[in-house]
Order: sequence, then C-alpha cells, then structure tokens
Amino acid sequence: MANKLISEIPLPKSIANVFSARNISTAKDALSLTEFELMELLDVGLTEVRSALSQISEIVAPPYQTALSLMEQRFQNEHLGGHFPTGLKGLDAALCGGIPFGVLTELVGPAGIGKTQFCLKLSLLASLPTNYGGLDGRVIYIDVESKFSSRRLLEIGLRSFPEIFQMKEMAQEMAGRILVLRPTSLAEFTQSLEQIKVLLLQNQVKMLVIDSMAALVSGEHEQGARRQQTLSWHISFIKSLAEFSRIPVVVTNQVRSRNHDDASRYSFQVQSRDGAIETPMQYDSHLVAALGIQWAHAVTTRLVLEAKSGERFIKVAKSPISPPLAFPFHITSSGISLLSDDGKEVMGPEINAIHCQGHNEIINFGMEGLH
Amino acid sequence: MEIWRLPISASQRGKLISSGYTSLSSLSSISSSDLARELKVSESEAMNILKVASHSRGSETSNASCSIVEVLDTFQWWAGAQSAWDMLHDEESLMHITTSSADLDNILGGGIHCKEVTEIGGVPGIGKTQLGIQIAVNVQIPNDFGGLGGKAIYIDTEGSFMVERAFQIAEACIEDMSEYNRFLRKDFQECKIKMLPQDILENIFYFRICSYTEQIALINYLDKFLSEHKDVKVIVVDSVTFHFRQDFDDMALRTRVLSGMALKLMNLAKRFSLAVVLLNQVTTKHTEASFQLALALV
Repeated sequence: MANKLISEIPLPKSIANVFSARNISTAKDALSLTEFELMELLDVGLTEVRSALSQISEIVAPPYQTALSLMEQRFQNEHLGGHFPTGLKGLDAALCGGIPFGVLTELVGPAGIGKTQFCLKLSLLASLPTNYGGLDGRVIYIDVESKFSSRRLLEIGLRSFPEIFQMKEMAQEMAGRILVLRPTSLAEFTQSLEQIKVLLLQNQVKMLVIDSMAALVSGEHEQGARRQQTLSWHISFIKSLAEFSRIPVVVTNQVRSRNHDDASRYSFQVQSRDGAIETPMQYDSHLVAALGIQWAHAVTTRLVLEAKSGERFIKVAKSPISPPLAFPFHITSSGISLLSDDGKEVMGPEINAIHCQGHNEIINFGMEGLH
Repeated sequence: MEIWRLPISASQRGKLISSGYTSLSSLSSISSSDLARELKVSESEAMNILKVASHSRGSETSNASCSIVEVLDTFQWWAGAQSAWDMLHDEESLMHITTSSADLDNILGGGIHCKEVTEIGGVPGIGKTQLGIQIAVNVQIPNDFGGLGGKAIYIDTEGSFMVERAFQIAEACIEDMSEYNRFLRKDFQECKIKMLPQDILENIFYFRICSYTEQIALINYLDKFLSEHKDVKVIVVDSVTFHFRQDFDDMALRTRVLSGMALKLMNLAKRFSLAVVLLNQVTTKHTEASFQLALALV
C-alpha cells in the first residue's frame, strides 16, 4: 500500500502532472514530506496540496474492521481461532489456546535448559495432520548453531505419536515437511529470509522457527547499540512475515550477564541514598535476555525457561493474554512435558528474572538420564 | 505579518515581493483587478491572494488604532481566543475516560481527558497494550454509569491487539457495571445490563498499520472518518513510534514527520472533542555517564 503509484490514484490532472514532474512517484514519497515542503516543491497553493494529500491518504490508509468482525473472522478461518496448541495443557490454557499466529513468540533461557528441545517438539507437532493437533503443513527451521538433531526428532515422534511414526512412510512424510536451513552469517540469514517470504506467499509453510536469534548477532563485530541497529531491519521484516502469512513464529534467545550499562530506571526516578532499591531488582540472578530492549518490545510473547533449586520452570513473562504464571517442566524422551498444569502465579519483577541455580546438577543428571 | 508567511505558492509569493508588496497592510487597500494587472496574473488568482491575506489579517489584531474601550468590547471576538474563566468552566464539564485504576485516575485528574493527547510509555511487558484495550472498552461505558458512551478507534502498529483479551476485558466491564447497579439502585429490581461483550467489540474500530506511510495516511484520513463517525470518543495508537524506529535514513525528515503527526493528532483531539492516547516504547539513553531509560523518539 505504501508503494502505491501516484499515477494510479484519481487526482485532478494538473496536480498529478506536477507530482510526476517533480519525481514524486509513490505515495510514500508524497506522504513523507510535510505540507509546506510539498508546497515549495510543487509550487502550488495550500488548498490544492491539502486536497491532494487527503485523496492520497484515503487510498493508502488501511481499511478498518470492528473488533467483533476480527474475532469472527479469526475463529472461522484459522485453526482454533489463531492459536497453535503446544501439547502442554497448562501453558495452552494460559495462552488461550496456544502459541498465537501472526506474532513473534520468544523462548529465552540459559544454555542447556531445553529451548531447542521445545523447538523440536513444536516443529514436529506443526507437521502433523490436524486431527492430531498439528497444522498439517511445512515448517522452516533456521538452525544457526547446528543443534538440530533429526535422530532426536524421530525419537520424540516415536514416543509421542507411535501410531504415525512406526510406519516408515509416514515418518518420512512428517520429517520431510521440516526444512532445516543453516545460515553461517547474518548476510546469509538475510538472503534466506527473502527466499522464505516467497515460500510463505505460496502458502505452504505453517510455522517458522529461528534457533537462535542471538547467535546470529554474536558473531558480528559491533557492540551494544550498533548491534541493535543491525538487527532492526530483520526484526521488522520477520514481524511483517509473521503478520501477512498469519503463522506462528518461534524464536529462541540466549542470556547474558547483567552489566553496569543496563538501564533499569528513568531519569525522573529517585534513587534512595543507600541503594536499597537496587537489591530487590537483582535477587540472585545476574542474567538477562540478550538482544536488548528493542527486541524485547518487538516480541509479543516471551517464555522464560529457567532452573531454580534443581527444578526447571517455564514462565510466561510477557503475554497480552496470560497472567504471569510459572509451570514446572522436565525433559523426557517424548519431548518436553509439564509436571503440573496449574501454574504458580508470580508477582512483580520476579517473572522477568532468569535463574540458573542448580543448573549444573540438572545437566549432569540429564546426561545420565538420556542414555 | 509578512508576506512570506502566507499559504500561497512560491511563484505567487515571488511576484508579490518583486512588485513591492512586502507586508499585509500593503494589500489592504488594493482591488483585485489592480493587483491582477500589477502581478500579471489572472483575476481569480489575485482574488484568491487577497482572500488569503485578509483571512490571515483577521486573526491578528486589527484594532491597534482603536481606543481602549473599544478594544475591551471586541475582546470576545478574537477568533479562537477564550477567556481563562470560560476555559476553566469547559474543563470542569468535560467527561473523562476512567482507566479502571482509582489511583491512576486520581493522578490524571479524573481519568483520560478529552480534547487532549495522553502519552503512555513503559518497558516491554509492563501493560501498555492492556491499558490501551481497557481504555477502548471503558470509553463505551454508558452515560448513566458516568462514562462517555462513545466508540473507539484502535490503531495497531505492532500486532499486539488480541481479540480474545479484549473480549475478556469487555466481559469484566459489563460485570462491573452490574455490580455498580446492584449497589446503587434503591429499588431491588434486577436491572440487567443489556450490553453484551460482542456489542462492546463491535464499537471498536481496528486498523492494522504495516508501515509509517500507512500511519501518516491513516492519520490524514481520520479527518474524514471522524466526520462520518461522530460518536468516536477515543483514538488509541499502539505504539506510535514503532515504525519510525526502523529503517528511516533521514533523521531530520523523521523529526519533521513525527512533529507534523503529533500536531495533527492534537488538532483532531480538539476539533472532535475526543481523547487521543499514544502508547510508546522505551529506549536506553546515555546521559551523565550512565544509561537511563527514556521514551523512544522524544
């Protein structure tokens, strides 16, 4: 819509000619200038500029929908009203059905906590036919750190859905729906995104998984704010991909330790003299999600995976639908499963904290358990 | 007021100045045919120039030469001017939109004010979208319950509007109204609220914006939309700076476009007597050797 040509908009001939004479060919060019700038550039009066702008704006502005018709449309056309059930009952109930379509869902947690396992389970689920709770379509899995294990994927499939995966052709069909891409640099990733857009337009892909987003940037040289700018194009491109194709997009993120540069207060906030305010914020977690605050704004749902006193929890840290709940989970041969479907409600800033206490014990125990 | 401030085209302005008309007063006593002859333009163009000039002059003081008594008499007539007393009276009679939090309403002086632009910013996940949806629902509270009984426009730039959540909030609002009813009605009749959550959802006009061009176009188009839908009482923009933070190369242009947009929104708020609520993200700002949070693109 933004790149609509001025020549296609029904404007009075005289002004349309002036626009083309001054090389303003798309609506974007015209609307990016203020009224006075246009007057100077086109050498016409204010009333003509205003009426031309209002005609262009009327054509370029998106149509409206009432919230009611939006809801009806979603429930009629989309799987479960636009949600992808994860198979974890408590989590699905909290998220009103599952992972939402059309927006970014982020999984963040320390290394080894189970993010990739969760992604594998979700990819498998998405490839299944709808009567098994799947989306019956292809999945694109962008595997930056080469963690994708097809053997593990088939093991999960065999344990969770033996009736499908015991038949070799069915297993091949399902696994064949998951396309794995392995970009080795940010530039390659950018190229793959363009190709993905084409596939999405053909409507065959039902889910996109990026594992992990932070690893893409950590290889680049810039630091801090420059690094965020590098990603900002990708963030808005991925969001627009999710939006127009209405598919769930799952992205994993790493953690890093909190440093002094992390801003946590506004300039108008008063700091207490003995710094007593500092301690409640920090608890004993010195970890924060990587990729910064601009990324945190761009994701719609943030699921924090953490380890605390020997147990693992998946917390809904940011969601437009769910209250801040924490569910204990563990990793089994059939993927990831919740130990309790009743989430514990977490109050205050604790929901955003990322713990990894007792993590080493879990990893070592896990290694013994899996073999 | 000088000629160069008049909203006429550059070539017309150039002709006026080169013919010696450099101030408005010089145009006050010339006829349109004389002007047309001097500037070598058509008579209709000359008439247009004179009309624009007299319009601009009318909004400025032309009573400079009147006596004090006459000035006081014409005090009321200045276009757009209002005495402080009238303004106070107007403000007190304005309705507010409650945010459903008594403390927040208190701080805001009763709630979100109409005819004003309110900006709400915060860190990710703090509840800006929730508050935006709450306001879009609360504006529909009928007059009997102290609300505005109006409709809402929700402009979504990030895709964070969840209809299921809006439905939940609408249900809760109706429940609240029934409770209020039970407490305050003296007669013990079951005054059932006739509203359904679906009715509330039907009165929220939802626009999804995918680029800053669409955002500018929509705000221009709202002029016409609001003339056709006079019962809209709040516009929520969630979030107003999102599209301007990515891939805008020319920073100066970005500032100009943003301030133009802010002015248009203020204009809409005043003309149509509605409230405009802008939700904004935060960014980190390096000040005085420390990093602090600040609202984006301030």
